[in-house]
Amino acid sequence: MGPTLDFLTLLPYVSELLKGLTTTVILTVVTTLTGLALAVVVAYMRANAQPWVRWGLGGYVELTRNTPFIVQLFFIFFGLPGLGIKIDAITAAFIAMTLNLAAYSAEILRAGISATAKGQLEAGRALGMTTLQSYRHVVLVPAFARVYPALISQSIIVMLGSAVVSQISVFDLTYAANFIQSRNFRSFEVYLLITLIYLLLAFGMRRSFMLVGKRVFAYQQGEQR
Amino acid sequence: MTLVCVDNVHKAFGDLEVLKGINLSVAQGEVVAIIGRSGSGKSTLLRCLNQLEKHDSGQITIADKKLDAASMSPKELSENVGMVFQSFNLFPHKTVGENVCLAPIVVRGEGKADVEKIAHEVLEKVGLSDKYDAYPAQLSGGQQQRVAIARALAMRPKVMLCDEVTSALDPELVGEVLRVLETLAAEGMTLILVTHEMSFARDVADRVVFMHEGRIHEEGAPGELFAAPQTAELKQFISAVL
Ligand SMILES: Nc1ncnc2c1ncn2[C@@H]1O[C@H](COP(=O)(O)OP(=O)(O)O)[C@@H](O)[C@H]1O
Ligand SMILES: [Mg+2]
Repeated sequence: MGPTLDFLTLLPYVSELLKGLTTTVILTVVTTLTGLALAVVVAYMRANAQPWVRWGLGGYVELTRNTPFIVQLFFIFFGLPGLGIKIDAITAAFIAMTLNLAAYSAEILRAGISATAKGQLEAGRALGMTTLQSYRHVVLVPAFARVYPALISQSIIVMLGSAVVSQISVFDLTYAANFIQSRNFRSFEVYLLITLIYLLLAFGMRRSFMLVGKRVFAYQQGEQR
Repeated sequence: MTLVCVDNVHKAFGDLEVLKGINLSVAQGEVVAIIGRSGSGKSTLLRCLNQLEKHDSGQITIADKKLDAASMSPKELSENVGMVFQSFNLFPHKTVGENVCLAPIVVRGEGKADVEKIAHEVLEKVGLSDKYDAYPAQLSGGQQQRVAIARALAMRPKVMLCDEVTSALDPELVGEVLRVLETLAAEGMTLILVTHEMSFARDVADRVVFMHEGRIHEEGAPGELFAAPQTAELKQFISAVL
């Protein structure tokens, strides 16, 4: 029989855990917002911009969706300085996560937008709205509503994937765990703990998304006919 | 006074020539019903009148202003021409009031308080002032279509286009929508409507236009046209629908 579980051994490291947790939460909240906002812009431009802009954005989306996230992160943090662009680790993490979430979400949103009845856009046009105004006031909310579950899952995937930012020494939750187990050699306890924390974060995210959705998509409740 | 003038308008989709030289002029306050078989180009003509389709050649003017992207902005166009669709096309995530207020605020840049006042007026006119805060999905089809009419009215267009606005409705809901159109007609609104409701065309329209294979085949006052159709095609059409 191996050594018994002893979570008390983690007690001296509570402040590290909290620091890591805080970083992960902030990274997640900020990049979820920036990533989804960027996704809206990308989805709109891919449908309406000049051909060369569409082409470029298509390249960005495909590149992002077909390469490992950790390679994207390394490229931004280790690769860009080669071009004279130097960014610190946390900024690189923000950028990589935002770009990653935006690429996937733009594709998801595109499906939601193209499922929007042509009639909705025509009604907007018949009322004098420009394409941009129609997107903003007419298309966007129903499109979001249509693909909301997929967007929630994608945002959670990016939150979980954020564990790899520890590889460029961002002090996130995973970094804290690595750090602690290198000191107290209690890897089982510490990884079990952060596994639970990630699980709770994922549940919490889903729940928050649902609450927001319930308010924003309130029009779907009590649908009859 | 001529409000809408369509002069030799052609429109093709690829090889399919849908409008083969349409000439039509509609006076201020006139109610024109367009009838004809499915596929004869009625919707396409209406859609050219608010540029949802761009006509290939010929000219359309509204109040003597040319109606094409170069001469008229979308905003200006929407202040001249309103449209009501067969499938309502209300914005599902906006309340009735928001549906009506959106374009006047966003497109015309009018103040919220003014627009809300207008919204209440037009909803009153279609008999739905009590539904201001309801969502479209909570309304019957007939009510939704009346909201769509109110929404178009809120832009105060000079002419309203209606494309088979009762075709998607259950029979018992058709009447309430037609009554609203009748009221508008009586108030002097210029209406161009594609309809399969022959009795409505006969009772309310000042003029009936029969379209056949991309052309205006016959037109005239409803009484004469229905009583004594001149062409074999119109005779056949009338006997088929009545
Ligand atoms: N966007 C389009 N692309 C290709 N063909 C079209 C399009 N819109 C209409 N048509 C064709 O044009 C013809 C006339 O259609 P339409 O104007 O809708 O007739 P109606 O309203 O009298 O039934 C039909 O054959 C239809 O299939
Ligand atoms: Mg039609």
